[in-house]
Formats: sequence, C-alpha cells, structure tokens
Amino acid sequence: MYIMIITAAVMMALLGLALGMIIGGVARLFRVETDPRIELVTELLPGANCGGCGKAGCSDFAKSVVSGENPPSRCPVSGAEQVAAIARALGIDAGQSFPMKAVVRCGGDTRQSTRLATYNGVIDCAAASLVAGGPKGCAYGCLGMGSCAHVCPFGAIEIVNNLAIIHAEICVGCGKCVTACPRGVIKLVPADATVHVYCNSPQKGVAKKQVCKVGCIGCRKCERALPDKFKVTGFLAEVNYSSAPTAEEAGAVGCPAGCLLEEQRHLEIETHDPDWSPDK
Amino acid sequence: MDYLELTIGAVLVNNIVLSKFLGICPFLGVSKRLATALGMSGAVVFVMTLASFITSLVTKYLLNIDLGALGIGEGTVKLDFLQVLLFILVIAALVQLIEIAMQKLSPALYQALGIYLPLITTNCAVLGSATMNFNAGRGVLASTLFGLFSGVGFALALLLFASLRERLELADTPAAFKGTPIALITAGILAMAFVGFSGLC
Repeated sequence: MYIMIITAAVMMALLGLALGMIIGGVARLFRVETDPRIELVTELLPGANCGGCGKAGCSDFAKSVVSGENPPSRCPVSGAEQVAAIARALGIDAGQSFPMKAVVRCGGDTRQSTRLATYNGVIDCAAASLVAGGPKGCAYGCLGMGSCAHVCPFGAIEIVNNLAIIHAEICVGCGKCVTACPRGVIKLVPADATVHVYCNSPQKGVAKKQVCKVGCIGCRKCERALPDKFKVTGFLAEVNYSSAPTAEEAGAVGCPAGCLLEEQRHLEIETHDPDWSPDK
Repeated sequence: MDYLELTIGAVLVNNIVLSKFLGICPFLGVSKRLATALGMSGAVVFVMTLASFITSLVTKYLLNIDLGALGIGEGTVKLDFLQVLLFILVIAALVQLIEIAMQKLSPALYQALGIYLPLITTNCAVLGSATMNFNAGRGVLASTLFGLFSGVGFALALLLFASLRERLELADTPAAFKGTPIALITAGILAMAFVGFSGLC
C-alpha cells in the first residue's frame, strides 16, 4: 500500500518535472522573436479597429507600419499628433496626412423629395435598392435606411427625416460608409472643407425638379461666380476640394436650387428648421 | 479485419460526437462557419492522433511500474487510478510543446491551427478517446489508429453540421426556432441519421 502511494507520488513528481523542463527547453530553443516595435505602435494607434487603412485591424496596421509598407499617416483615425508620436517612436518620416471626412451628397429629405412607392421590406439600403431601384423618386439620392449608420464604427451618422447626416466633428474619414452605400452618395472629402453640393444626381434639371426640390439644376451660377472653386459637369455642380470655397463665398453665390450649402447650415436645416424650403 | 472494424467503427458507427456525445462544446461552438470548422477539425485530428499515441505509451510504461526491473523492490505496482490525471497532464504538455515548435517551424500551419490548439488541449473528446483506448486495452498501434479515426469522425460530424448551419442561416425558420434551437434539433436529427450505421460492424 505504502509502496503504491510512494511510487505514484514519485512518478508524478518526476514526470511533472521532466515535462516542465522539456517545455522550458523547447520554448527556449524555438523562441520566435516578435518585433517589440509592433507592440509599441499598436499602443499608440487609436485601437478602433475600423479597417479604414485597408488592414484587418490596428495591430495588423502596426505590423505594416513597422515593416515600412505603410506610413503612419495612412491611419485615417489618428490625428496629426498621434501620427507624429508614432513616427517619433520609430524614427521615420510621418508621411503627409490629409484628414478626411465623409459627406452625404444629398439634401432630399422627406420634405424635399418624392417617393415612388411605399417600401415595406427589410430596412436596409442595399435591399431596398434591389426592389425596382428603391422607393425614392430620385434614383441617385440617399435612401435614408441607415445602412451607412449601421457600419459607422464611430456613430457619426444620424438619420434625420429619412436622410443620412454625417456629424463632421465625430467623423474620422475611415470610409466604411462609402462602401456601404449602394448608391455611392457618400464621398470622402478633405476634413477642412465646409461647403458642399448636396446633390448626387447627374440627371437633367427638369427631371430632378420633378422628384426633388433641392436638386442641383445645373444653372452654372456657382461656376460663373467662382470658376476655380466650382465645376459643373452636365447638370451637377461639384466643389473643387483642392481649393475649397469658404462659407462666405458660398453664401455670396446664392444657389437658387438650395443644394449648395455650408455644412452647419445643412445640419441646422435638417434638425431644427422644419419649414425651410429653397424658395425662401 | 480488426483494424477495418476499428477505423470504420470510429468514424461512422461509434462517431465520437454523434453517438458517444463527446466534444459537444466545439461541435456547437465553432460550427457557425465552414472555414472555422475546417480549422477546428484539422486541429482535433492532429491532437487526437498524437494524444492517443502518447497516452497509449503512458498506459504501457507508466501505469504498470515493474519495481523489480528498476531494482528497488519486487512485483509490479498498478497505478490505474492515476489514469485521468496522467492523461490530462501528458496531453496538455504535448499540445503546449507542439504549439511552441509549430510556431517556429511552420508558421503557416500555426496560422491555420494555432488558435484552435489551446482550445482543445483537454477537450473531452480527446481525453475520451484516450480513456476508451485504455478501457479497451488497446496496444500502441491500435490506439493511435483509433485516435486518428475518432478525429476523422469528429471532423466529419463538424463539417456536416457546419454546412447544414450555413444553409440554415438562409432558411425561413419560425422565429421561435431561429439560431441555436434549430441547430440543436438539426444536431439531433444528424445523430439519428448516424444510428443507421449501427449494423455496419
């Protein structure tokens, strides 16, 4: 009996010791060196794992920064200070950083635009646009079912009056909404631009007017007033973001259609001004 | 003939998941997508084979210690009561070792199996096949074969189930059955289907 207990105890102790030593030895023999800089950069990154840089997540991006594949400025979420901190830590050039933000180029909320039909399906823009092109009168405007708001990792998109509104102060420009939108209404623009054309339809002015009160009619008033800041292609005006107009300049143009707006004004109209109409 | 019975029996007739009901946790946990199920299956086949091999060696040499041969007494000491403890210890150490070595020697294989290996270190299916070998008194070769084909049986069940679940995602299930309930019912039906193999050997 005692022999059995002693044998069992000794055998287990020896086995445990042997296994421990083997594992220890093998761990030392097969040690994989991981670059400590990857850890460091991961800590300096925002950790949102938004994928805006094109990598699988922040630690994947950190790996590519350390290997020199990407400059730190490729992270759309990091501000200039964070990018500089990463560059300092690695002793490399920060690369030029252009902070971006997303803009929904549509002003056709429920008050301004018409509907083709009542849609009772899944509340999802991609699903809705599959059914005869979607319930909205305008085939190019925002469907307002919030597919972009769902994918936004930062909660920067709000749906007001069936129209997606991006809060510029929250948006970091990761571009997830751009790919989520089935109609391509959302575009990434430089973060310091404040004036946008809230229309995305290339249709003729008359056709647009039938379905939306605030569609761009292509009158070229903005282009004539400030030819280097606006460009009209067909019937759609676009802001030249490489020399973005200021809010005053845009106000002076006096867009008759009501689609050329300053960002804060657009937000105000949608959230606080139920009686606004472009005719006033 | 014995080996044929052993292998086909382990895969189909006495399927470790669907008739022995071992390893239900990964069977339900990682069967949502076929890709992850594949990774898990690979890891289970790998670990189960090695674990069966090593535990059969343990059974042979460590559970029956011949004191006379060691020169410290006489007679043999039977340590069968240590079976589960020893098996867990040895399997855990083995998986740990393989993981460390694999990370260095084959990063690609480590990427594919890596995250699943620690998950199944002392999975009940792995320990179960080792215990079944012990109870049946199998030798080293038979034990290893049984471990390998138990793993294949697990992989078969998991892959079948994962494919079914991928289809179920799209099926029009009543609201009360959505998700896990219908998965459990499906698993039950799958287990019943495997009863059909019971006359095979």
